[in-house]
Amino acid sequence: MTNFNEERMQPWRVELRNSMKPKDRMEIARVKMPELDPEYRSHTMKEEVNLGLTPEMALMESKRCIDCANPTCVQGCPVAINIPKFIKNIERGEFLEAAKTLKETSVLPAVCGRVCPQEKQCEAQCIHLKTKNEAVAIGHLERFAADYERETGNISIPEIAAPLHKKVAAVGSGPAGLAFAGDMAKMGYEVVLFEALHEIGGVLRYGIPEFRLPNKIVDAEIRNLIAMGVHFVTNCIIGKTITIDDLLAEDYKGIFIGSGAGLPRFMNIKGENLVGIMSSNEYLTRVNLMDAANPESDTPVIKGKKVAVIGGGNTAMDAVRTARRLGAEKAMIVYRRTEQEMPARVEEIKHAKEEGIEFMTLRNPIEYYGDKNGRVTHMLLQVMELGEPDASGRRSPVEVKGKTELVEVDEVIVSVGVSPNPLIPQSVKGLEVTGRGTLVVNEETMQTSIPYIFAGGDIVRGGATVILAMGDGRKAAKGMNEWIRSFT
Amino acid sequence: MNKIVSKEYLSPNVVKFEVEAPLIAKARKAGHFVIVRVGEKGERIPLTIADANTEKGTITLIVQKIGLSTSKLCELNEGDCITDLVGPLGKATHIDNFGTVVCACGGVGTAPMLPIAEAMKKAGNHVITVLAARTKELIILEEQMRKFSDEVIIMTDDGSYGNKGLVTDGVEMVIKRQKVDLCVTIGPAIMMKFVSELTKRYDIPTIASLNTIMVDGTGMCGACRISVGGKTKFVCVDGPEFDAHQVDFDEMLIRLNGYKDIEREQLHKISPNN
Ligand SMILES: Cc1cc2nc3c(=O)[nH]c(=O)nc-3n(C[C@H](O)[C@H](O)[C@H](O)COP(=O)(O)OP(=O)(O)OC[C@H]3O[C@@H](n4cnc5c(N)ncnc54)[C@H](O)[C@@H]3O)c2cc1C
Ligand SMILES: Cc1cc2nc3c(=O)[nH]c(=O)nc-3n(C[C@H](O)[C@H](O)[C@H](O)COP(=O)(O)OP(=O)(O)OC[C@H]3O[C@@H](n4cnc5c(N)ncnc54)[C@H](O)[C@@H]3O)c2cc1C
Ligand code: SF4
Ligand code: SF4
Ligand code: FES
Repeated sequence: MTNFNEERMQPWRVELRNSMKPKDRMEIARVKMPELDPEYRSHTMKEEVNLGLTPEMALMESKRCIDCANPTCVQGCPVAINIPKFIKNIERGEFLEAAKTLKETSVLPAVCGRVCPQEKQCEAQCIHLKTKNEAVAIGHLERFAADYERETGNISIPEIAAPLHKKVAAVGSGPAGLAFAGDMAKMGYEVVLFEALHEIGGVLRYGIPEFRLPNKIVDAEIRNLIAMGVHFVTNCIIGKTITIDDLLAEDYKGIFIGSGAGLPRFMNIKGENLVGIMSSNEYLTRVNLMDAANPESDTPVIKGKKVAVIGGGNTAMDAVRTARRLGAEKAMIVYRRTEQEMPARVEEIKHAKEEGIEFMTLRNPIEYYGDKNGRVTHMLLQVMELGEPDASGRRSPVEVKGKTELVEVDEVIVSVGVSPNPLIPQSVKGLEVTGRGTLVVNEETMQTSIPYIFAGGDIVRGGATVILAMGDGRKAAKGMNEWIRSFT
Repeated sequence: MNKIVSKEYLSPNVVKFEVEAPLIAKARKAGHFVIVRVGEKGERIPLTIADANTEKGTITLIVQKIGLSTSKLCELNEGDCITDLVGPLGKATHIDNFGTVVCACGGVGTAPMLPIAEAMKKAGNHVITVLAARTKELIILEEQMRKFSDEVIIMTDDGSYGNKGLVTDGVEMVIKRQKVDLCVTIGPAIMMKFVSELTKRYDIPTIASLNTIMVDGTGMCGACRISVGGKTKFVCVDGPEFDAHQVDFDEMLIRLNGYKDIEREQLHKISPNN
């Protein structure tokens, strides 16, 4: 925190701070993110819902931040972004400086500004909440600064250290792999990133829809990495096309595993394999990666009229909102607890409701029925109520005996969680794995039980968040660099 | 990048390609498959690796034109590149010296059977292949199959070549004649279902290689799922081979037709008369 304080005492910061009384700052109302009209947007596939702040809006919002001596918001951010510094840079009109501040810590600010669960992280710790005010819109400001840098063509390629002539590999091109690759390239390593699919980006590409995270944002990050010298190899599955041993034989000094949590879970209830029932991974992959909603695309997707999505996370919201956009007259969320317990971002729940999504909470499917062609026609829901809190602190749902409902559906999307991708853990002997199938790492260095293998993101945490995966990738880069330097 | 080095028609609707893919050629084993994509708007479809040449760095794919994506692939020529090709995927076949192995294949199922027959033969098995098709000109790879089989029995629905009858008739003939230790079956789902029902009656262990609909082929989506012994399995990572007697073929047949209407519509893209 010391340099945080030193920076805070720089003359420009002091002057800016004193230019307005905290009380006046706190009286400004929180900015509202301009959004596409809900009726319009529920019929358009790719247009982003949030339109971004104008410079005027961003300036006004930045004034709300009182530049705390002890910025609690920073503690709420999993990677401890210097939040007041970047916000004060916006206030003094130095938008590019603000973006640079973000990039001291995060390699994906334009992504995280859009998809971080801010209200549970940085914004949850903002001092404004203590005085019953609304938190500073840190996420919106983060997105503003990062977009400004990109849209004005000012993305700077970070300085690259002199080449070390040492090769390292990254497996998986999600936020963890991308962050790792960027940091290693900066340090002068030769980085090769291997991706199983035909496109780069992991969940950012195949999972999160364009109306929340446009592809062009991910593309810009990838272009940046290419400019930094990172080499991408798509259509290459480590453990299948080439093995970890092959990589070692080719003189890779270290390998980072960021293979994600790609395995969809099903509920194993009767009728779940009927036609029209699929995982959210399948549904979103068809629509996002394969562009199935586009008539030009060869990949088909079922466009249900009465669509139920089972689950209450971000993935469920993405799936149900996609179904709506593909023409569902009735698009329903079926969740076994109440809205309070839903893991999805508050903004996604709000947006979903505005788009006419029905929320059937305290309901759990127990069986599906189909017609003679094996297509799903109905789901049987068990009515639930909340019981005692479970290990996660959430009140667990219990059945209301004998109370069920039969609901008509023609498509069901199961979004009840994912498990770590087992491909790598299975293919590498001696790699320590937990009972849940995640890789065991040293939390400081992200090193696994095999010294030359590091790991991070969902393969270590189970389903987590973009910012945590990104942070892991950076930590692993630092850890691997120190490890390689310890013997060369 | 995945250049087609040779193309050959095995029958009017079946094409054999040799494709550059040195890493896959080196890593693949019998039973493995690849996912290919043709064109920037192309779909990901699974195809078995029928053969590989590690020196040339090529793999052999044998494709039957049945819909949009297979037709697009078959339009490619020598020198063209396949947009994306990834593999080897799936679990390799369990090869052992079982004794007498009957390979029951129908139509394009002969292609994926080829490397299995070869490996079974090399492992010391007595290999009897039953090759079945609707009519003579649809029988493919007979010559290659003879190389790896101790005996080849040809069956055609219309009797235009070999014996008249279904693949099951050929298999049953063998079972009645001699002791069979293992049956491997690959072909249309309906055919595998009947082979499985037959060998179950005779209590002969049977393996079926399933050709479900796939998207990623790496276990990420669940599109390929089926029920085996009452449990849901993903064909791309848990298979593609399973104990045939445990497979719910009726469910599989239904799931295979899941996108039929959309696919029929899409076929208009290449041939408006379809
Ligand atoms: C639909 C959806 C919505 C989400 N919404 C949010 C949100 O709003 N906010 C948020 O913070 N988080 C969200 N998440 C979670 C977040 O996306 C993940 O936590 C994050 O992407 C994990 O990053 P990762 O780098 O660990 O892995 P991934 O992004 O999963 O990437 C892993 C990559 O590795 C590749 N791979 C796997 N195995 C191999 C192999 N053997 N060889 C080569 N490549 C391999 C995969 O193909 C994949 O591309 C969402 C997730 C989903 C699915
Ligand atoms: C592990 C595996 C290995 C395979 N190996 C080969 C191979 O070596 N050679 C080969 O020619 N084919 C093989 N197939 C089948 C091949 O993938 C399909 O024929 C192809 O996906 C069809 O695509 P399409 O767009 O041309 O036809 P579509 O338009 O998708 O299909 C037309 C119709 O065919 C049926 N169909 C769809 N998918 C399949 C399928 N997977 N299997 C059978 N029928 C289907 C449906 O009823 C559909 O309506 C394999 C499949 C799997 C799962
Ligand atoms: S990265 Fe996420 S948690 Fe951290 S400051 Fe940005 S929005 Fe907040
Ligand atoms: S806690 Fe809130 S007001 Fe204080 S520095 Fe952080 S964002 Fe600004
Ligand atoms: S094809 Fe996606 S899980 Fe098998």
